[in-house]
Amino acid sequence: MTDFCMPSLGADMKTGTLVKWHVKPGDRLKRGDIIADVETDKGIMEIEVFEDCVIDELLLKPETEVPVGTVMAKIHSEVAKKVTEAKVPIKETAKEKHLIESTKPPVKTTVTSTPVTTDGKRLRVSPIARKLAAELGVDLTQIKGTGAEGAIQERDVRQAAALADKVEEPAIERPVEKPLETPAAPAKLPSSAEFQAGMRRAIAAAMSRSNREIPHYYLETQIDMSHPLKWLEMENQKRSIKDRILPVVLLIKATAKALTEIPELNGYWIDDRLQVEESIHIGFAISLRQGGLVTPAIHHADTKSLDELMAAMRDLIERTRGGRLRSSELMDATITLTSLGDIGVEKVFGVIYPPQVALVGFGKITEQPWAERGMLDVRSVMTATLAGDHRATDGIIGARFLQALNTQLQTPEQL
Amino acid sequence: MNTQETQVKATLLNLLKNIAPDANFEALGETEDIRQALGIDSFDFLNFMIGINESFGVEIPETDYGKLMTLKDIIQYIEAHRT
Repeated sequence: MTDFCMPSLGADMKTGTLVKWHVKPGDRLKRGDIIADVETDKGIMEIEVFEDCVIDELLLKPETEVPVGTVMAKIHSEVAKKVTEAKVPIKETAKEKHLIESTKPPVKTTVTSTPVTTDGKRLRVSPIARKLAAELGVDLTQIKGTGAEGAIQERDVRQAAALADKVEEPAIERPVEKPLETPAAPAKLPSSAEFQAGMRRAIAAAMSRSNREIPHYYLETQIDMSHPLKWLEMENQKRSIKDRILPVVLLIKATAKALTEIPELNGYWIDDRLQVEESIHIGFAISLRQGGLVTPAIHHADTKSLDELMAAMRDLIERTRGGRLRSSELMDATITLTSLGDIGVEKVFGVIYPPQVALVGFGKITEQPWAERGMLDVRSVMTATLAGDHRATDGIIGARFLQALNTQLQTPEQL
Repeated sequence: MNTQETQVKATLLNLLKNIAPDANFEALGETEDIRQALGIDSFDFLNFMIGINESFGVEIPETDYGKLMTLKDIIQYIEAHRT
């Protein structure tokens, strides 16, 4: 049997409130199916499973608020069962326990602020241990590592978690461990004012961490948008109103394609090193009418056509504003893109969303005098900015990226 | 404003209410820039155009978007182009 735990939907999430289960014991789920709705500071999210599985037991009552990593349900993975039945030797059965959680790639994003020891020294933690600690809700600063130079390893985290379970089991603080029949303290769903406060808290946590930990560098460049806009206008003339593509879609695709040339900006800074991600999931900043900001991911943006990207963006904006995002969309963005041009802003100096290493900002497209080959002309010009994490990359990488972005935009027919 | 124009305005306001439910429509003047007054972005504006197209059967080329800043502009545009 496997634990299905409250997932972390980003660096800023500490707790989640179960709103409702979409399943009952005995139900079979496919990878990507919705198991539950969970309310976070950023709204209600649909939580997906990351493996084909069967529901054994639901441990949490709706309207219960629990910390990230808390066991919500008992499930078993059909794959894992088959493997065991086939007598394929599994070195460590304990590994099975977290199969569901550990197979999802973005658990990396569950890392909260880099833990430090009480004397202010950075902790040495192996990536597996860090991941496991996030899953089990173990405080790394309270563990004494047994690895080289006191590094915390997987077994240290397991030991600490087992110990904590023993100590805390009788405590009422863990509504998790209670069976469904026991009334758990109901967490009321937040009002609009509470939602606002929660949203600000979530943004505050992520942005404070970014400002504290990430040495940002900023680059900007002016891009002549005349040709791409003219091309798009011609394209849109062929389309009915509802199939038209917005200019921001060109920016999303050009960003994604430029990242295939400059992959160093697509990934995470974790454990003092850059982890370049192969898939390009663009976190697209969407403002909410009632205030606040969510940056859900447009998955595999480099491989989608402009029409597919427009559809994906439409779907994402509508679900974000309607409060129905999926867990994976909040967890696995590999870079963030923000466009404030609609409000008339000329350039955006972004704050990177940790553990990502870059943020691309687009300002308003305005008519400006443009000198080229000794001639003066009026062109539609936009300023693109890049905020880069100087731990992960140097300015030259950022400069190459902006150059690649410009090149991509100048050949819109190939986007 | 004649009866027909009043009806068009009512439909437009309905479309806008779906797009920006919490905006203050009482304060929206007929000659005010809709995007600015209601905090509408280009995605919302596109949805507004789709709504107009579906409600009145008016085809609006992208190049005309710039002419459609206020309620008054849009009402006149619809009157001139509806079939």
